[in-house]
Amino acid sequence: MKVEQVSVFLENKPGGLEHVTRVLADADINIRALSLADTSDFGILRLIVNDMESAAKALQDEGFTVKRSHVVAVEIPDRPGGMHSISKVLTEKNINVEYAYAFVERSGENAIIIFRFDDIDAGIDALLENGFTVLPGEKVYRL
Amino acid sequence: MIFNEEFETLPREALEALQLKRLQQVAGRVYHTVGFYKRVFDEAGITPDDIKTLDDIRRLPFTTKQDLRDNYPFGLFTVPMSNIVRLHASSGTTGKPTVVGYTRRDIEIWSRLMARSLVSAGLTKNDIIHNAYGYGLFTGGLGVHYGAEMLGASVIPMSSGSTKKQIMILQDFGPTAICCTPSYALHLAERGENMGVDMRSLRLRVGILGAEPWNEKIRQEIEDRLGITALDIYGLSEIMGPGVAMECAEGRNGLHVFEDHFIVETINPETGETVPYGEEGELVFTSLTKEAFPLIRYRTGDMSRLMKEPCKCGRTHVRMARVSGRSDDMLIIRGVNVFPSQIESVLRGIEGLEPHYELIVDREDKLDTLEIRVEMSEDIFSDEIKILQKIEQRITKDIKDYLGVIAKVKLVGSRTLERSEGKTQRVIDRREV
Ligand SMILES: [Zn+2]
Repeated sequence: MKVEQVSVFLENKPGGLEHVTRVLADADINIRALSLADTSDFGILRLIVNDMESAAKALQDEGFTVKRSHVVAVEIPDRPGGMHSISKVLTEKNINVEYAYAFVERSGENAIIIFRFDDIDAGIDALLENGFTVLPGEKVYRL
Repeated sequence: MIFNEEFETLPREALEALQLKRLQQVAGRVYHTVGFYKRVFDEAGITPDDIKTLDDIRRLPFTTKQDLRDNYPFGLFTVPMSNIVRLHASSGTTGKPTVVGYTRRDIEIWSRLMARSLVSAGLTKNDIIHNAYGYGLFTGGLGVHYGAEMLGASVIPMSSGSTKKQIMILQDFGPTAICCTPSYALHLAERGENMGVDMRSLRLRVGILGAEPWNEKIRQEIEDRLGITALDIYGLSEIMGPGVAMECAEGRNGLHVFEDHFIVETINPETGETVPYGEEGELVFTSLTKEAFPLIRYRTGDMSRLMKEPCKCGRTHVRMARVSGRSDDMLIIRGVNVFPSQIESVLRGIEGLEPHYELIVDREDKLDTLEIRVEMSEDIFSDEIKILQKIEQRITKDIKDYLGVIAKVKLVGSRTLERSEGKTQRVIDRREV
């Protein structure tokens, strides 16, 4: 039920993001979701792509520092309070969200949110127990 | 003015006879009381009895910073701790400082030499001395303090930091002399001007500046902006502290080394050969009268040249030119000695970090800044910001704990820093001196 994500270290200087997207475009990689978190010094670009293996390799070959990790993709009802219904469950189960970002595509009528929990398995269990749809990686990469 | 007329103007012949007698004594003392000296003298095939002339000093082995490190903390002391009344320390290359000890008589001689230095700058017991050298393990603060008291001047023990308060004291207490680093003197001038204080109209008339490299251009700027005469003082804790050598107000060209207490030599740092007077070399000092911690031929790493020509002030002691640089890669950051190897060893102590780094030394508001750029590695990279920030904080803290300097740490992409063989190429020093 986990989705693989690739994170890239970026220095805070012009052209950093462009360099990553160029490398991925040249390698024929399709970016499905992306989030850029930054401080005054550096940034972390997190990506979900259609071909994780090739993306990581292409970036490493270009000299980027890359880390592969797991996140959770959840469908949320596209209506007021939809996001809150998830937050509520996570708070009740004492699950900490390290970060979250939205997916570009939809799954039918629903939006997709990517979550990074402190305890990923407990997070998945809590969501499933409460009737949320957690998307498997294979499905997310092909959306 | 001369504090100790007899000894400071001793004819060369008498001075050299005194140096020889004291050299024989100190060599004998360290040989018989310190295992390290016995060993290195024996290895060099020389005994204290072989010293017949001053030139024989060249047959004695050098003492290096590494030797001090190997004998940390008290291994080179020649007296028991019960005879030691004070300890000081300076930063070392592996996180361990270099420790120096003083007997009561050592403190007294140091105070007298410091008093000589103050008088050499034209000060008397009627002066008020604003002492902005740091008080603590660093020898600057207390060294100047005791000398000022020995002279009978009024000393304000400001120590370093709190610039605004320093400016208030400069205005309200009306000190006539200030002791600090040249860059701090400029920083005070700048901050005072920004606060709307006319820094030239203060009662200050003399600055006794040292503990970091500077030049004539900086001297000119300090003199203009503070309306003072700025003079150079030299010292290092291993040999004593401030007051090993001092520029005279009359000559303003080189610092008289107090040769009745020290023998100074200049050597080629590569070969160890003595270089002739007037030529640049590494300063090497032998302390002749220190009781607790005498050093034989200590290599300072400071580059200078010696001038033997008589000086118009009447002192017969040889002069050393203002220190022009280092024979090694030591950096002086806000008066603290920092070797790139120390930073490297701190980085190596952090798991997962590759010691690919670059040091950028600069000046902001006339004060030194240190930025450490460290390359990111797969082992420490994370998808979470806070983990990377923790690494930066950890490096900053370790550097502060081990070296006593505050550095700004910046993580940079892997393989973005230039790879080079020489260590000094990892340092970018943007300061003027
Ligand atoms: Zn002179």
